[in-house]
Amino acid sequence: MNIEGKLGLDVFKIDKERHITIDVEVCNAVCTNKACLYVCPAHLYEIDDQGNNTVNYEGCLECGTCLICCDHRALTWHYPRGEYGVQYRMG
Amino acid sequence: MEKVDCIVVGGGLAGLSAAYGLVSEGLEVIVVERGDYSGAKNVTGGRLYVSPIRDIYPELWESAPFERHVARELVTLMGEGASTTVELASDRFATAPHQSYTVLRARLDQWFADQVMEKGGMVITKNRVDDILRDESGRVIGIRAGDDEIGADVTIIAEGVLGLLSSKIGLREEPAARDHALGYKEILELPPGVIQDRWHLNDGEGAAHLFMGKVTKGMMGGGFLYTNKESISLGIVVGMQTMKDRREKVDSYTLLDEFKEMPQIKPLVEGGTLVEYSAHAVPEGGIAKVPKLFGDGYLMVGDAAGLALNALITVRGMDFAIASGFYAARAAIDAKARGDFSAAGLAQYERSLRSSFVLKDLQTARDIPHTIENPRLFTHYPQAVSSLLEKLFTIGPQPSRKLSSTVISAVRKDFLNPTTLRELWAMRKI
Repeated sequence: MNIEGKLGLDVFKIDKERHITIDVEVCNAVCTNKACLYVCPAHLYEIDDQGNNTVNYEGCLECGTCLICCDHRALTWHYPRGEYGVQYRMG
Repeated sequence: MEKVDCIVVGGGLAGLSAAYGLVSEGLEVIVVERGDYSGAKNVTGGRLYVSPIRDIYPELWESAPFERHVARELVTLMGEGASTTVELASDRFATAPHQSYTVLRARLDQWFADQVMEKGGMVITKNRVDDILRDESGRVIGIRAGDDEIGADVTIIAEGVLGLLSSKIGLREEPAARDHALGYKEILELPPGVIQDRWHLNDGEGAAHLFMGKVTKGMMGGGFLYTNKESISLGIVVGMQTMKDRREKVDSYTLLDEFKEMPQIKPLVEGGTLVEYSAHAVPEGGIAKVPKLFGDGYLMVGDAAGLALNALITVRGMDFAIASGFYAARAAIDAKARGDFSAAGLAQYERSLRSSFVLKDLQTARDIPHTIENPRLFTHYPQAVSSLLEKLFTIGPQPSRKLSSTVISAVRKDFLNPTTLRELWAMRKI
């Protein structure tokens, strides 16, 4: 099963308000590593056609790995508001 | 501002343990949890060591919704082309009182929240705490959640590993990649009979299986497999810094897919139905990274305080969480009796953690975090052990050598060299 299929098994209550935003300027200007692209266990980060980093915050597992691994503080990351985000049934 | 005796930020095991201790002594407690229910945001690899906490709330554990008691311990060293498994089937582990149990957090934490509420504690779910409030002197005086502010004599910070709220106001450092690992896993459902047949278990017994080496492509970390009642938890823990440092970058999620396809794993997960995929950060900084545990008006518990210990073959955190919650409650109860909620009035918390297994075990293991950063632990050693055994078990077309010659030449090559000897010498500290 691919990663999208795996995420499809989880219960998400999606908030229209994003809980992760990328400072694209910082990301483009100074970050060479872009750890978020490969550390995220849900594979939510990708570079779009314009060469900008984007994140599909809807499938976030809320582990915070991208935040911890971001060298340049290019991420504004907080937990989704109460009632939103992933709701593990097993954990 | 409404005011209660105690506010607990986060309804995980540490926060609920604190709340349970406080309500048991009649204090007024509000737990604020952002998930739809306690456990909704929490993940474990799989196992809770009950032995260290059995005497803490002894009435609780008999009825706790554990999965299986761990009777079999397995460790596999995975090299290229050969792997070595050590399996311990312990009569003692199989006999009550059981040392450890596999668990699923959504079940365990919800049950714990129910116990708190039965005693009269309040657990408010679906509410994210946005700020820990302080007065001009810096004393923690309560929390803000949305438009609501609630005051408390003591705020127990059980917000979990990321520590977003406490680092925002300088009560701890922001989490660093070097001190944290990423853990992620799949839950695969299997019938109980299949689980018992596959892992050679009697009714109620479980297995805990750790994997080192090839599974993380030499990065610090490993694979794990825990048997639950009707499912298995199969996952990977990998050091964040080692992922960043690796020259050839690896997409973390692909490690688990490759792990599942390995010949050692494939037959074990065969026929399992994938029902959930989850991930969480794990504190691995050891005692050196434990922040200040208390101050004016607050106590810090569980993962938020970095109370977790990866000692390679034993991985702990939930027992520390529960114990730290218990001692935090005790300190808050005593502080209330004296009417002193200042740092001095709450200092007993750290003293009791220091005299308990929590900080003693972390202190004993103080050299583990930097020792296990050595990548050769995850490359050279699993390979060397497996190659040696493979040679011993090989019968080829050529006449065989003496067993002792095979062992001596392999040991000379793989162990009696300056690098390895130096590393083995360094390991005396762990």
